[in-house]
Amino acid sequence: MSLALQLVWRLGKRSVDGVRGLGYAGALLVESLWFSVAGFRSGQTVRFAAVAEQMRQVGVDAVPIVALLSFTVGLMLGIQFVAALGDFGAESQVLMAVAKSVTREFGVLITGILIAGRSGSSFAARIGSMSVSQEVDALGVMGIDPVRYLAAPALLAMLVMLPVLTILANVMAILGAALYCAPVLDISPTVYIVQTLNLLEPGDIWQGLSKSVVFAVLITLVGVSTGFGVSGGAEGVGRATTRAVVYSISAIIVADMIFSFFLNR
Amino acid sequence: MSAAEPVIEVRQLDAFYGRRRILHGVDFQVMPGEIRVIMGASGSGKSTLLRHLIGLQRPHAGSVRILGTDVAKAGPAEMLALRRRLGVSFQGGALITSMSVGENVALPLREHTRLDENTIRIMSRLKLEVVNLGGFQDLMPSQLSGGMVKRAALARAIVMDPKLLFFDEPSAGLDPVVSAELDELILKLRDALRMTIVVVTHELDSALKIADTITVLDQGRILETGSSVSVQASNNERIQDLFHRRPRPVDVDVDEYLRRLTQEEL
Ligand SMILES: Nc1ncnc2c1ncn2[C@@H]1O[C@H](COP(=O)(O)OP(=O)(O)OP(=O)(O)O)[C@@H](O)[C@H]1O
Ligand SMILES: [Mg+2]
Repeated sequence: MSLALQLVWRLGKRSVDGVRGLGYAGALLVESLWFSVAGFRSGQTVRFAAVAEQMRQVGVDAVPIVALLSFTVGLMLGIQFVAALGDFGAESQVLMAVAKSVTREFGVLITGILIAGRSGSSFAARIGSMSVSQEVDALGVMGIDPVRYLAAPALLAMLVMLPVLTILANVMAILGAALYCAPVLDISPTVYIVQTLNLLEPGDIWQGLSKSVVFAVLITLVGVSTGFGVSGGAEGVGRATTRAVVYSISAIIVADMIFSFFLNR
Repeated sequence: MSAAEPVIEVRQLDAFYGRRRILHGVDFQVMPGEIRVIMGASGSGKSTLLRHLIGLQRPHAGSVRILGTDVAKAGPAEMLALRRRLGVSFQGGALITSMSVGENVALPLREHTRLDENTIRIMSRLKLEVVNLGGFQDLMPSQLSGGMVKRAALARAIVMDPKLLFFDEPSAGLDPVVSAELDELILKLRDALRMTIVVVTHELDSALKIADTITVLDQGRILETGSSVSVQASNNERIQDLFHRRPRPVDVDVDEYLRRLTQEEL
């Protein structure tokens, strides 16, 4: 086959695969939500215990790392804003800049990227190795729908925990910023925080939280659908895990950009 | 269902993986209370046929009726009802690796019944006793030997007391004693629990010991179905090869051979 033809063929195959992947992820979303709401009617109840276990893995276990990293990012933002705004003698605006950028952007983005790395990859790895060892098939023939049993609890847990973690990240980042900025601005950290709270509008918080819900859906769908799509043994699981992380972080960043564009016009 | 109606009824089943045709017009029937053994060379399509019988794959052409349900036309509710009456033990066991043996065996009970924890525990331990794994309920699947995995998978397959049991390669890779024990177990299950059992196996001895009837599959086609005696006595050369462990004669098609060697990769 000529090189040009091969290129076209590959491009075509990629596009078809891409569209198919999107369709599959969409179907996964609809099915998971359907099972969560109405599964009990067809003997496919999404168990609370399964959701709680996922919430622990996705959310509670991630608290230390999310807290630590968002605190660090807040500190870093404080340093940067003080340096940048100080050049214009606008140090008093630091508080505003930190408050808005953290709640609208950084809190949710840091959380999203961390959880994509932690949980998106673990969804892909867990479900991928279960597909390879026929455990997914075994669930199916036992009359346990794999989407209901594996995907729905993950999605529900993410939908609850990502907003919660985002709030935690917001708080920690602002604390981090306060630690550095308050002395520079010649106020006490408590005053810094009270002023921040006065400045913040509900809209700022909502912007971050609504993004976190979208991120939760994206991370779960990418992780779970790459997991179910695994073929080719242990190596395939490894590749799927990497792909899940790269794709879900890309999806998050693109979605974030689109959100910011429409919400801040 | 009257006694004369087949439990499994497959007509003119075709199966494909991509463009490769795996099954060619397979007809297959199993009567209630029968132990049917499917034999055939590696890659002849035994597991693929089994995947169709348990509804994991929908037929490309032809029809599959299991316990009176048409697998191709059944909706989710019907499939669920059917699956509760089937037990399947996979070639590799397919135990859920994140759960202990006991939890694996209890899983169908937890998901499909409203029994309380005590009853579930007792019932799943009973089934573990049946397969000689009493007391092993707290081990994880990774801590089991190959034979124990197969037996645990069997315990999980029979925990709902299915009408119909499928067993892919019960004795592959097991020592003769354990494999003989599994054979005894299969016979016991049929006699005591009145199950209909479909077993896929390579092992000649085990096939002859447990089978009421044998189906021989070769390159996706049914060569013969009959009682174990009649299949053994068959004149078909391929069947005789299989039963007497003779290597297959290699027929070389020169053009095809050259094409395979020189074909470009896509
Ligand atoms: N997932 C798959 N994708 C593509 N081809 C497959 C797949 N599974 C099986 N096949 C092909 O289908 C054919 C039949 O496979 P099958 O697993 O049914 O054989 P088998 O008779 O069970 O063999 P064995 O005794 O070794 O288990 C083989 O040639 C195999 O290459
Ligand atoms: Mg097989």
